[in-house]
Amino acid sequence: MNLDDLADLAAKYRNEAQEPEIEVRVCMAASCQSSGAVPVLDALRAGCGDKPEGNCKVKGVGCMGLCSAGPLIAVAPPAAPLEEAVIYRDVTAEDAPEILASAFPGSTPVERLRCPTDMPFFSRQHKIVLENAGIVDPNSFRGYVMAGGYAAMVQALSEMPPQDVINEVTTSGLRGRGGGGYPTGLKWSTVAKMPAGQKYVICNADEGDPGAFMDRAILESDPHRVLEGMAIAAYAIGANKGYVYVRAEYPLAVERLKTAIRKAKRAGFLGNHICETQFNFDVEIRLGAGAFVCGEETALMASVEGGRGQPRPRPPYPAEYGLWGSPTLINNVETYANIAPIITNGGAWLAGIGTEKSKGTKVFALAGTIVNTGLIEVDMGTRLRDIIFDIGGGIPNGKGFKAVQTGGPSGGCVPEAHLDLPVDYDSLKTLGTMMGSGGMIVMDETSNMVDVARFFMEFCMDESCGKCIPCRTGTQQMHGLLDKIARTEASRTDLELLEELCEVVQATSLCGLGQTAPNPVLSTLRYFRQEYEQQLG
Amino acid sequence: MPLPAPRTNVRVVTLNINGQDLSAREDETVIELCRENKIPIPSLCWMDGLSVVGACRLCVVEIAGSPRLQAACSTRVREGMVVQTSTDRLRRYRRILVELLFAERNHVCSVCVSNGHCELQWLAQTCGVDHVRMPYRGVGYSLDSSHEMFRVDHNRCVLCTRCVRVCDEIEGAHTWDVMGRGSGCQVVTDLAKPWGDSGSCTSCGKCVQVCPTGALVKQGTSVGEMVKDQQFLSILARRRSNR
Repeated sequence: MNLDDLADLAAKYRNEAQEPEIEVRVCMAASCQSSGAVPVLDALRAGCGDKPEGNCKVKGVGCMGLCSAGPLIAVAPPAAPLEEAVIYRDVTAEDAPEILASAFPGSTPVERLRCPTDMPFFSRQHKIVLENAGIVDPNSFRGYVMAGGYAAMVQALSEMPPQDVINEVTTSGLRGRGGGGYPTGLKWSTVAKMPAGQKYVICNADEGDPGAFMDRAILESDPHRVLEGMAIAAYAIGANKGYVYVRAEYPLAVERLKTAIRKAKRAGFLGNHICETQFNFDVEIRLGAGAFVCGEETALMASVEGGRGQPRPRPPYPAEYGLWGSPTLINNVETYANIAPIITNGGAWLAGIGTEKSKGTKVFALAGTIVNTGLIEVDMGTRLRDIIFDIGGGIPNGKGFKAVQTGGPSGGCVPEAHLDLPVDYDSLKTLGTMMGSGGMIVMDETSNMVDVARFFMEFCMDESCGKCIPCRTGTQQMHGLLDKIARTEASRTDLELLEELCEVVQATSLCGLGQTAPNPVLSTLRYFRQEYEQQLG
Repeated sequence: MPLPAPRTNVRVVTLNINGQDLSAREDETVIELCRENKIPIPSLCWMDGLSVVGACRLCVVEIAGSPRLQAACSTRVREGMVVQTSTDRLRRYRRILVELLFAERNHVCSVCVSNGHCELQWLAQTCGVDHVRMPYRGVGYSLDSSHEMFRVDHNRCVLCTRCVRVCDEIEGAHTWDVMGRGSGCQVVTDLAKPWGDSGSCTSCGKCVQVCPTGALVKQGTSVGEMVKDQQFLSILARRRSNR
């Protein structure tokens, strides 16, 4: 199969589907479902059948981003982007007849439910990873192909030798979106250089940071995009087997991924002889049992193998000695979701977006005390102030901004004074925090920073696997000391001991979880030391 | 830890540890070389003849050019490597790590069967732990005396997993394993059944001998009477590698 054949296939699907004049898209991602999207979808479906005046179709789609306003509905011509749609917010099943009556061009939209699409939340985003989210039906293989899906995979398989694929990814300057920011092209070429034989591709979807839901949204909105990225990676490095490691707390993402794998296999886009080539690639899902540490690559592999999810010393790195001892490529969900557009548009295209050392866009999950809670995708290098106050809409209830936590329990907080910093991997590091997977928790002036540090330390303490001493016992002691400070019973000696423990745990822990566990304490101490001192007994 | 098996045609490298020039086989780790040359590095989980887990972090060393500290047990020697094993910083870190261990569970030497023959006690002495600055957690752990020959006291366990590895790798029974996470971690026999009911335990006692503290001991021992014999392991390991 080549690109022309794929275009024919998409055209055939389009013919068979008889595209409607207008689409009513209902967000069926987890957050909108939890605020009642299912009855809305049912009511719309029931009401749509008896519409005489035109051809209209109701479909469930993935995340539109503005989770705080869910359930969200978009009314638009087929394949039209979100900005051109009429978006309704906080919709209930009772609103369905009114929405359907005003769906067709020429009629007036229901103003009382309308969510303006010219607000910065929509207009300032740049969607690459999420370009299909909220537009295609995540359960539809045909929908994905009609939206231009699998073109990158077909192009790679039919026109590009594996080395060219790796070159494009290297040129793009893409860095791992899971947190570390390791250059993706370099990782791929390392695994590709290992002697031929059994190799594996793993997609890390064990998203465990509190307040982070980027991977969940991507998997729930566009699972085929991730599978396509994995298949391209497998082709580039010479692997024939892939695993998606998803946490079991994401049942909807797992369900959609399962459907996507089944449908792609049936259509010959996964499995043996993919698209009539000699390339074989099979994907299986592995469920995580709720351990944060299993997001660490060596612990993740141990868990996939069926062992106890504990990290091991590196080197050897997975690229050399991975799953069952074979060379293994592990990337994050968002990294794989970036691959297809890189192949289609060329690496240089992505390299033109973002900052000098961080290319492309980044998906962030906005959470905490912020008006527009939800999922956004912006260029690397966007200022934090723009993300929080423009796109995020600022702090609700007239409160003042205090800090934003990035990178979850491994990251740190950024205070007001540094909000004008362009966000990329390196700039955040200079502030003592990190990009992490992209969770942003905004805190208003009422937040107590000692409590914030204590919360994250409690998380790390509970999630420590217990293997190495500094992480297992150090986090306990640090949590105890933070607790003591919060109870205003601590002395200056306790604060000094806390700082010393931070240093030891950071320097000696076995894996990233332990090494970064003190970061929330260190960063709150750096910017809000007076709060600690005020609470000393 | 999945290090490749030793090869027959290994190269020899030279490196520098604490200012001392040394030669080593390419497949050796830093801790093996240090032990060979009587360079002291404290360690707890590492044991000659067992696989490497790199869990206790006591053997961390500074390597020139490496931004992070590396555990000597899981770091292979390299040509031209410059290693420091005992800087002020390392000594300070090690002392805190040992203090953390003492504060974690209930290590009361004066009433312990291993008093005077305990590796944790010895580590505390060599690392200069004259007192513990952290509060003792004071959480009580259980004791399993159901086995007719041996006893496990989780209050004295440091979770080095030597017992788990010797049982799996040397005896081949895999009676021991670890359950839980964080402070809830505990070594268990079979699926957390009483040791005496274990169907897989061969009562060989290797776990008791390799245990660094008084956590695994023989029944009928009193304070200070539990002396352990770990000679067997290096003999077994040598015999295996000679084959």
